Amino acid sequence: MIVFDNVAYSYGGGELLSEVNLRLAAGSFHFLTGPSGAGKSTLLKLCYAELLPTAGRLTLFDREVRSLSRDEVARMRRRMGVVHQDCQFLDHLPLTANVMLPLTVSGRETTPKDLGDLLTWVGLDKLGDQLPPQLSGGERQRAALARAVIMSPDVILADEPTGNVDWEMSLRLLTLLVELNKMGKTVLVATHDLNLIRTAKAQVPARVLRIANRRVQLAGADL
Amino acid sequence: MNGLRRSERSADRVVPPTGPTAWLTGFTAAAMAFLAVFALALSLASGRLADRWSGALSQTATVRISAPADQMQAQVAAVLDVLTTTPGIASARALTEEETRALLEPWFGPDLPLDALPVPRLVELVETPAGYDGEGLRQRLAAEAPGAVLDDHTRWRRPLAVAAERLRLLGALSLGLIGASLATMVTLSASAALAANAQVIRVLRLVGAQDAFIARAFVRRFTLRTFWGASAGALAGLIGVALLPSADAAGGFLTGLGFQGAGWLWPFALPPVAGLVAFVATRIAAFAKLRELT
Repeated sequence: MIVFDNVAYSYGGGELLSEVNLRLAAGSFHFLTGPSGAGKSTLLKLCYAELLPTAGRLTLFDREVRSLSRDEVARMRRRMGVVHQDCQFLDHLPLTANVMLPLTVSGRETTPKDLGDLLTWVGLDKLGDQLPPQLSGGERQRAALARAVIMSPDVILADEPTGNVDWEMSLRLLTLLVELNKMGKTVLVATHDLNLIRTAKAQVPARVLRIANRRVQLAGADL
Repeated sequence: MNGLRRSERSADRVVPPTGPTAWLTGFTAAAMAFLAVFALALSLASGRLADRWSGALSQTATVRISAPADQMQAQVAAVLDVLTTTPGIASARALTEEETRALLEPWFGPDLPLDALPVPRLVELVETPAGYDGEGLRQRLAAEAPGAVLDDHTRWRRPLAVAAERLRLLGALSLGLIGASLATMVTLSASAALAANAQVIRVLRLVGAQDAFIARAFVRRFTLRTFWGASAGALAGLIGVALLPSADAAGGFLTGLGFQGAGWLWPFALPPVAGLVAFVATRIAAFAKLRELT
C-alpha cells in the first residue's frame, strides 16, 4: 500500500526525517509514536502526498508519488481516509455535509440509511444538522473518523485522533479504528498516548513505530 | 444556463457564500450591460444612418436649373432630354411646384410665393446600378442647358456617411471594451474569492477534490451572478431606450437613437454573452489560481 524507501524530508534547510524505510502492508495496523515535534504529522502528510519527499522513493498504491499529477493525487486520496489532528472541516456546512464531502467531490452519493448508519456507528446520529463549531472536541474527532471511512478507503491515517478527548472517548475512537482494521483496512495512527497503544495491542496485532533522531524505528515490545 | 448540472450545484454549495465580491460582480455586470445597451443602440442607429446616406449617395442626384423665367421651361426640357438619353440614368423627373415648396417650407414657412422668387427648378434623377459618367454629363448639361448644375450630393453626404460609419465602429468598439472590462472585473473578483477560500480549497483537496470540481464551484457562482446582474442592467437599459422620444424627421439622428424591428432582440443577447464572458474568465482565473495554490 505505502512504501517508504530511504525517504527524507527537509524543510527550511533542516532535515526533519531521514532514511525512512517503511512498508505498510494491506490490512496492517501500525502506531506511530514519538515526542512532540519528532515528525509524526510530517510522516503522515507524506503518506497522503500533502508533502513530497526531498530524497528517496515513496510509493503509494504502486505509484511513485512524485510522478503523480494533481488530479492523480486527488484520486489517490479517495482511497485514503485521513483523520486530521485539527479535523479540517468546512465550518459553513452542517455535520452531514462535512461527513459526505468525500462523496460530494467524487460525484458519488449515498443513501440516507447508509449515512444514518454511519453517524450512528460514531454516535453522532442526533447531531447531523449541527455546524462543526457547535460540536465538542470528541464529536469533531468522531465526525472526522466518519468522514474518513465514508468512501470505504483502503487506508486509514489518523493524526492524534485522541488528542483532544478524554480517556473514555479515546477508547471509543480506538474501538472504531480496531473495527475498521478487522474489516481489512490498513490503519496508521500517530499518537503519543502510550496507554492507548497498550490497550490497542490487547485487541489487535498492532506494530509500533517510533520516530527518534529523524529516523523511524520499530519500538520495543514493552509498549 | 440550465446546462449547469446538478453536480455543479453541489460543487457550488461547498464554497461558503462570499460578501463583497457577490454584489460587486452583480453590480458591475448590471452597469456594463446597461452601458452595452446604449452602445448597441448607438451602433445600430449609426449603421442605419450610414446605410441610408450611403444608399442615397449612390442612387440619386439632382440637377439645379437657374435661368431667367422665360428660358426656364426650355432649359428644363433640355435637361430632361439630356438625362433620358444618358446611359446609366434610370429615370429623371422635374420636381413639381408643390414638392419644391415642401423642400423650402422648413426655412421660409408654408405660404411661400414661388412665382415671386427666383427659385431654381430641380430635376431629380435616379441612376442604374451601373451608374453614369458624372463628368461627361456635366459637360453635356453645360452645352445644352447653361443654367443647369449637376449636384450628385457627394460633397455633403459623403462626410456624413463616413462619420456615421465611424460612429458605428466606435459603438462596436465600445461593446468590445465593455466586454473586456467585464472579463477583467470578473477575473479579479474570482481570483480574490479563490484566495479568500484557500483553506476551503485545502480541505477539498484533502478529501480528494480535483481541480475541475473546485473550479466548477467558482465558475458556476460567478457565471450566474454575472448573468443575473447583466439581465437587470440590460432590462434597465432597454427601458431607458424605450423612453427616448420617438424618431421623427425634425429630430433627426438623436431621436432615432434606439432599436427598430428585430433590433429590439439584440439587448436580450447581452445577459447570455455576459454569462459566457464570465464563464470563460472565471474558468481561466480559477485554474491559474489553483495551480498557484498547489
